[in-house]
Amino acid sequence: MDSCNCIEPHWPPDDLLMKYQYISDFFIALAYFSIPLELIYFVKKSAVFPYRWVLVQFGAFIVLCGATHLINLWTFTLHSRTVAMVMTTAKLFTAVVSCVTALMLVHIIPDLLSVKTRELFLKNKAAELDREMGLIRTQEETGRHVRMLTHEIRSTLDRHTILKTTLVELGRTLALEECALWMPTRTGLELHLSYTLHQQNPVGYTVPIHLPVINQVFSSSHVVKISPNCPVARINSSVKYIPGEVVAVRVPLLHLSNFQINDWPELSTKRYALMVLMLPSDSARQWHFHELELVEVVADQVAVALSHAAILEESMRARDLLMEQNVALDLARREAETAIRARNDFLAVMNHEMRTPMHAIIALSSLLQETELTPEQRLMVETILKSSNLLSTLINDVLDLSRMEDGSLQLDLETFNLYAVFKEVLNLIKPIASVKKLHVSLNLAPDLPEYAIGDEKRLMQTILNVVGNAVKFSKDGSISISAFVAKAELLRDSRAPEFFPVPGDNHFYLHVQVKDSGIGVSPQDIPKLFTKFAQTQSTAIRNSGGSGLGLAICKRFVNLMEGHIWIESEGLGKGCTAIFMVKLGIPERLNESKLAFMPKVPPNLGPTAFPGLKVLVMDENGVSRKVTKGLLVHLGCDVTMVSSSEECLRVVSNEHKVVFMDVCAPGMDGYEIAIHMHEKFTRRHERPIIVALTGNTDKVTKENCMRVGMDGVILKPVSLDKMRSVLSDLLEHRVLFEAI
Amino acid sequence: MDLVQLQRQLVDYRTSLYHEGFLDEQFTQLQELQDENNPDFVVEVVSLFFQDSERLLNELSKALEQQIIDFKRMDAHVHQLKGSSSSIGAQRVQKLCIVFRNYCEARNVEGCLKCLQQVKHEYALVKTKLESMFQLEQQISNAGGSIPV
Repeated sequence: MDSCNCIEPHWPPDDLLMKYQYISDFFIALAYFSIPLELIYFVKKSAVFPYRWVLVQFGAFIVLCGATHLINLWTFTLHSRTVAMVMTTAKLFTAVVSCVTALMLVHIIPDLLSVKTRELFLKNKAAELDREMGLIRTQEETGRHVRMLTHEIRSTLDRHTILKTTLVELGRTLALEECALWMPTRTGLELHLSYTLHQQNPVGYTVPIHLPVINQVFSSSHVVKISPNCPVARINSSVKYIPGEVVAVRVPLLHLSNFQINDWPELSTKRYALMVLMLPSDSARQWHFHELELVEVVADQVAVALSHAAILEESMRARDLLMEQNVALDLARREAETAIRARNDFLAVMNHEMRTPMHAIIALSSLLQETELTPEQRLMVETILKSSNLLSTLINDVLDLSRMEDGSLQLDLETFNLYAVFKEVLNLIKPIASVKKLHVSLNLAPDLPEYAIGDEKRLMQTILNVVGNAVKFSKDGSISISAFVAKAELLRDSRAPEFFPVPGDNHFYLHVQVKDSGIGVSPQDIPKLFTKFAQTQSTAIRNSGGSGLGLAICKRFVNLMEGHIWIESEGLGKGCTAIFMVKLGIPERLNESKLAFMPKVPPNLGPTAFPGLKVLVMDENGVSRKVTKGLLVHLGCDVTMVSSSEECLRVVSNEHKVVFMDVCAPGMDGYEIAIHMHEKFTRRHERPIIVALTGNTDKVTKENCMRVGMDGVILKPVSLDKMRSVLSDLLEHRVLFEAI
Repeated sequence: MDLVQLQRQLVDYRTSLYHEGFLDEQFTQLQELQDENNPDFVVEVVSLFFQDSERLLNELSKALEQQIIDFKRMDAHVHQLKGSSSSIGAQRVQKLCIVFRNYCEARNVEGCLKCLQQVKHEYALVKTKLESMFQLEQQISNAGGSIPV
């Protein structure tokens, strides 16, 4: 071999092997140089690859390997020492790098492997999440469907629409073949096919309610899979049709009574409807869990919606009923009012019309009695008088009773002599009693006050009626009347349990008992005694006349006097005891009670109760002025009279203690005088007491008087007693407003 | 006639006046006011009433004869008459006055005329009655008796 310094490699033409080695080395070098380039390119491209440093090392390793192989090309022929040096250096480097790389690989291969396992793990996780996602989506969709269904169902209160909508929406949502609703019949023994999805007019199929499959469905609150062959699923008349999977669910039919407060509806006594859902038979679909849940929820919603609809229907019906009743009641009320008005008008007219002739008859008959008459004539006149008296009493009674029913009867309360009342009753009854040979005894308790406040006339009427009944219904024997003040312990009487009188400081309860030994009353008739116009069947009673009103009126009077009346009897033939208690006031003033009040008899000694009292009387009307003056003079006052307001204001001074003013004359303003007088006498004790005399009975007058500062109002005409009491009240209290 | 019969007659007469509605309790009150300090109280008041009423009735007749009737003035007169008659207890006159006032308020000339006639008639009646009663009383006191109450 010649050592040659030529750069260009030699081509030894004789060795083929050499030639092939040469070519292979060349290609290896090429590959070795191009692979790192590709690697660099890709590393540059992928920024996330974590082992770049390794790649760089690899690259270096490959480059050096390539360099080695490249340099190898020069070693095929004779080469210089430089080449040998370069070759050796290259090989050295290559060795170093490859060892380092090999060591490096030992480190990183486990890491790379673990990357692979992580990748697998993540893939599994992703698959799981996908599955879950699918589930959630399905659930959400179900929820959406339920909401939509509920919305549809609850957007109407009409029962049919609710049910139909339910079926339609369910069918759509779940892609059902058929959906049917069976409702219980009225008897509750059968289920009747009420609604279906596809058949327009379901034929009236009924199935008995006690089938085992139906019981199974009704006893579970969940959806139950049932066999497609059971009767409820066979709604299609064609025999060949066999539906797919069928489920059924119960729909509770709730009533208003099922909803207790604070409680969920009790599902014990139940009426259920049956909802049957069928999947299409051609698809291989199965009922999924979420679909079953949907059906359950819908069934509950339907139950609620139906109950709302039912409640609404009922309340509408109740309201209509109430309206009808209202109208009827209104009509009845108006009719009653008309009737009452008509009756009142009638009574008012008849009262006047009847009383006038009655008075004439009575007056003239009594006058006739006084003239010279033959005995027969006298007898006739007496009969006329008695009958007309009776008639007059009857008219009065009827009028009184009707006024009492209206509530327009008011007691005339005034002080009267209680003892005198009893004595008068006794006097009136004695003649009749002596004719019948009855012995009448009166027993007044010593603690019974002599004077009392109450309605004397009506109290006398009551006592007279009761005593009169005792006399009427006794053929012989004795009648005892006793009166005393009811004591507190005895007030609560077992025979009058609703009556709870409470004695007080200014009133007491008068207890009157009338015992007779007459025909008595049988116990079962006792309640009827106080009924108007009711009479017991005993013929003896019927013959004695009377209208049956007496006791009814007594009862009304006694009730008005806040009392109680009752009758006791041991039976027919055993006599009768009538007892009543009334509330009477206790008079306070001693000087009033010392006066003997007898009707139509003027007091012989009018006590000058107000000696020297200076009084001013203002009245335009001469006659009434004179009368008022006479009244006051009789009571001992020193009276000054004026006839006009100017004169009044001129004359009045603080010496006058009381000023009486007539305010009912039209055109004269008595009210202004009051105002002027208030201005004139600023200090209250200097000012005279101003009292208005008026014939007006309306509230307006009274209010006007009060407004201008008058101290009192009295209604004309004034009686002597009234004037007396008024003056004493005024002087004591400085104010008096009489109830007009 | 002797005293007792006279007295009895007086009592019956009075009673009849009450019964027939000529007088009411107010008249009784007036009688109660009569005592030894005021022995002729009733007669005085009643005479005053007669004077007053006659004057008022004349005024009313004149008012109703006018061309233009002053209902307000008439109403005032009737009110006076009503007051007077109620003060002495002339019940019938008083009631008619109430009716009269209604007609005045309604400005019903026919009604007023008719009412005035009735009032005059009633007044005449009660005047006659009262005068007879006073005559009886006079007879009794002349005979030396006391007038029963």
